[in-house]
Parts: sequence; C-alpha cells; structure tokens
Amino acid sequence: MLHFLRRRVTVAILVALTVLTLSFLLTRLSGDLAISIAGPNATQEDIELIRRAYGLDRPLWVQYFDWLWRALQGDFGDSYFFKTRVARLILERMPITMTLGLCGLAIALCVALPLGILAAVKENTWVDRSVLMVALIGQAMPSFWLGLTLMIVLGLNLGWLPISGTGSWEHYVMPSIVLSFSAIPALMRLTRSGMIEALASDYIRTARAKGLSRLSILVKHGFRNAAIPVVAIAAVQLGFMLGGSIVIETVFALHGVGYLAWESISKNDFPVVQAVVLVLALIYIGLTLLSDLLNAVLDPRLRSA
Amino acid sequence: MSTLLQPAGASDRRRIWLNAGAILGAGIVGFITFVAIFAPLLAPYDPFAFDLGRRVIPPFWMEGGSPLNILGTDQLGRDYLSRLIYGARVSMIIGVATIITSGIIGTFLGVMGGFYGGKIDDAVVFAITARLSIPVVLVALAVAGFSGGASFTMVILVLGLLLWDRFAVVARSTTMQIRNLDYVAAARCAGCSPMTVLLKEVLPNIATHLAVVATLEMALAILLEAALSFLGLGVPPPAPSWGLMISEAKEYMFFSPWIIMIPGIALFVLVLGVNLLGDALRDMLGTDLSR
Repeated sequence: MLHFLRRRVTVAILVALTVLTLSFLLTRLSGDLAISIAGPNATQEDIELIRRAYGLDRPLWVQYFDWLWRALQGDFGDSYFFKTRVARLILERMPITMTLGLCGLAIALCVALPLGILAAVKENTWVDRSVLMVALIGQAMPSFWLGLTLMIVLGLNLGWLPISGTGSWEHYVMPSIVLSFSAIPALMRLTRSGMIEALASDYIRTARAKGLSRLSILVKHGFRNAAIPVVAIAAVQLGFMLGGSIVIETVFALHGVGYLAWESISKNDFPVVQAVVLVLALIYIGLTLLSDLLNAVLDPRLRSA
Repeated sequence: MSTLLQPAGASDRRRIWLNAGAILGAGIVGFITFVAIFAPLLAPYDPFAFDLGRRVIPPFWMEGGSPLNILGTDQLGRDYLSRLIYGARVSMIIGVATIITSGIIGTFLGVMGGFYGGKIDDAVVFAITARLSIPVVLVALAVAGFSGGASFTMVILVLGLLLWDRFAVVARSTTMQIRNLDYVAAARCAGCSPMTVLLKEVLPNIATHLAVVATLEMALAILLEAALSFLGLGVPPPAPSWGLMISEAKEYMFFSPWIIMIPGIALFVLVLGVNLLGDALRDMLGTDLSR
C-alpha cells in the first residue's frame, strides 16, 4: 500500500510540473508578449517600457524559473486588466465554479445511478434500451445549445428561473442541469455495466439461494460492488466538469473561474489565463489521485497494481 | 432446427436493436456527408449573399414565412438552408481532419508504448496522464485567443493536438494484447525488422479498434468545434459553422427561437449519428474503451 501510494503521488507531482511548464509555454505562443500587452496603438518606446516593466527582456529560461518559483508559492503575479493579484481573483471566483461543479455532479449522480441500476436489472428489455438511448442523447447534446434552449423554455416561456447572471441559488439551477449532462452518460453506462457484472456473479447467486429479498440483494450485494468504479469515476468527472464549465459559465454569465478565463482570453490578460489553466489542471490531478486512492481503499485487489 | 422454433431471445433482440442503431447512424452520417460534398449543388442560394431587406424571416411553415427561403433567413438576410448545408462541410472537414491528426499522434504513441514496453511505455503512459489533466476547451480557447484570432486550420491543429489520448490508450492496450501472439512472434523470427512487424502485423490488427475510437472522437471534435465557434474563438465569420450560426443569432432567440433551434438540431443529429455508428462498431468488435 505504501509503495502504491508513493508511486501515485510521484506521478501526480511529475504531471503537475509538466502542466506548470505547459501553461508557461502557452502564453509565449503569441510571440512577443510585450506587443500584445501594449496594444495596437503603442509606440516602440511604450513596448520597450512594458518589456522592462514585466521582466520580459530577460532570457526565457530565467523568466520560466522565476515564474515557476513564484507559482509554487501560490503567487501568479498581477492581472493586467483587473490590476489585482491573480491568486485573489481566482480565490474570489472559485466558490462559484465549485458550487456549479458539485451541483452538476449531484444531479448527474441522482439521474445516472437509479437509471443505470434499472437498466442492469432489466437488461435487454425496452427499459434498458431507453436508458441507453438517454445516454446517447445526452452525449450528442451541445451544452451551449442546451443552455440556450433551457433559457428560452424555463426562463422566458415558463418564467420559473432567472435567465442569466450570478446572485441567488436560482441562478445555479439551469447551469447545473446543463453541466450534469456531460457526466450522465459515462456514469450511467458504468453503473449499468458494473451492476450487470455484479448481478451475474456467484455471491449474488448465493444471496438469492439464501432467500434474501430482492431489494437487499440489489443494494447490499449488487450495488456495493458496482459502486467502486462509479465513485472513482465521479471524482474524475468532477475534474472534467470544472474544466468544461467555461462554456456554460459564459452562456449563463455566471461569474466563476471559467467566465474569468474567457474574459481574460479576450483581453489578452495572460497571467490570469495561465493561472486558471494551472489551477483547474491541479484540481484535476488532485481528484484523479483521490480517485485512485479511493479505489485502492475500497477494493483491496487493486493495491498491488 | 430447434433454433428456428424458438421465439426471438434476448440476444437476438439485442442484435436487431444494434442493427437498427447502426443503420440509423450510418444513414445520418451518410446523408450529412453527401450534403457536405455536394453543398454547391444542393444549396439554393449563395450562403454568403446577404439581403438586409429580408432579415430574420421564419421558416416557410411558420407565420410570416416565405417559400423563397425554406428555412428562413438569418440576421443578415442570408438564406438559412444554404448556410446550414455549407455548415455541414465545416463540421465534417473539422471532424475528419481532427481525427486524422490526433489519430496519427495517438496511434504512434500507443503502439510504441504497447510494443516496446518498459521505459518507453512509462513515458507514453505519463504523456497520456499529463494530457488528460489539461482542460481541453480552456486551452483550445487560450491558444486561439493568444495566437491572434482563430482560423479553420488553427481549430483543426489545436483539437488534433489535444484529442489523441483515447487513440493512445486503445492502441497501447490492443498492441499489448497481440504483441506476444504467434503471428507477431513468427514475423519476428522470420527476421522482419521491428518497423515491418509494426506496420505489417500490428497496425492492421488494431485498425478496427482504432476505427471505433475515431468515430467517437470525431463526435467529440464536432461538438468542440461548435463550442469554440460559439464562443467566438473557433471558425471565424462569415463561415457558416453551426456553432457560429447559433452564436450570431443568439440575440434574436427570445423572439424567434427557431433561429437557434435549426443549427442546434442539425448539430445534435450529426453527433448522435456519429455516436450511434461508433457504438454499433464497438459492440460488433468488442473494443473495450474503459481505461
């Protein structure tokens, strides 16, 4: 177990360092940063001034290690546009994105688990096929379009929910529903296949032979075993959802981290974008690590892997 | 003989259902490919020709619609059907070009890791892990935004460089499975170079599994292109990308919901078709896509 733990943590740290390097390179793609920051009307002197002020006249590797050193201490520099610390900006917006991600995941689990179990119990019937069809439909639905459609139906026609913005809990309902769609198909398929496998196993036959009730067999013996991979994937899905929430936050003008990134991209605010990419990637790395550990704790067979 | 007398069992019904899905998927993809290829012949008007006097006319079956523009006109008075037809081209070209790019990268990495194992495999697994931790939409948007505006090639390049992970995963695991099979060993013993073994023995035998990945990744690429274009950092205007059409018509959607419904449904149907095809292929071949 200790060997397993050490190996996974080492990989996670190496991946994090790779992502740090990549997010540094990301902002150097545009060629000369100073020209981008100065804008189209800047004179040559302005550009020189900016280059010196931001330390862009130093060799690239010096800039890289300087940035890396600061980033490791949680210092992502100042935003060019907001003129505040990037770390503070992200900390302010993170709760919104986290709330959205967790609500989305909760909705996804509430839909995917019962439907997945139902499909497994009724394998190869019309119930099963309808559930798989729901998964396919969810996969094919463009999230931004679903968002706009909900705005028209729930926001305008029925008037149940506010159309966009950030404020009350009601502003989170539609975005969470839309976000949950990205996780439902995978979670549902996994629950279904896990349950089918569990229900076909010997211990279920034994439980049946002992005369246990159907519900007890399903929940205590079947689902408990099928749940292990689902729990693990749910953590990974949350990471994906946080990364993908940029589209949904932009559609609904929900001022989370994703919206901040989108604003900053259009304003050439490099430090903010760089930091958001990094933070979301680090959260994902943390969640996959957590998921691996959860897997190992719940399923002793995996520990030696 | 006894099988003939039995009623259709569960597995038969499953096969029939699968076939129905495969036929529907193939039909949708075939139709949209046909439309994309023959767009100039099928489109009733020039998709770029605008007429500011005839803006936001609804489809012909709605009140105020006109038989001249079957699906109506957009906010600049351009024929919606013509733009929709040309939009199929954008989605299909980007979908196919992306999976070619990402397919080459992912297959190369996966086959290398699976075939050689050891340190090379560790490096490949590490590359896959690192790639998965990068938020795709955000990075694609940032690259497009920072490199001075997006373009058609930019979208293909960015998506191609980001979506190779599943190719690598499947290529690696399938290569590992056949690496030690007799015919690969035989080819090695016959003195074939590793290159020949890889190209002549390994690649043809994992190709079908890669085809499954290709369809499912194509669906993803089409959705991502639409999302990037919707956010203004994908295919630039005036190209008729379905995502861009939704984005441009957004301010009219509360008065004329059809204006976002038409390109949205087109996108949904195409992605559904590609996924149905991919699922049918996967079930036929038994490719395991779980990581």
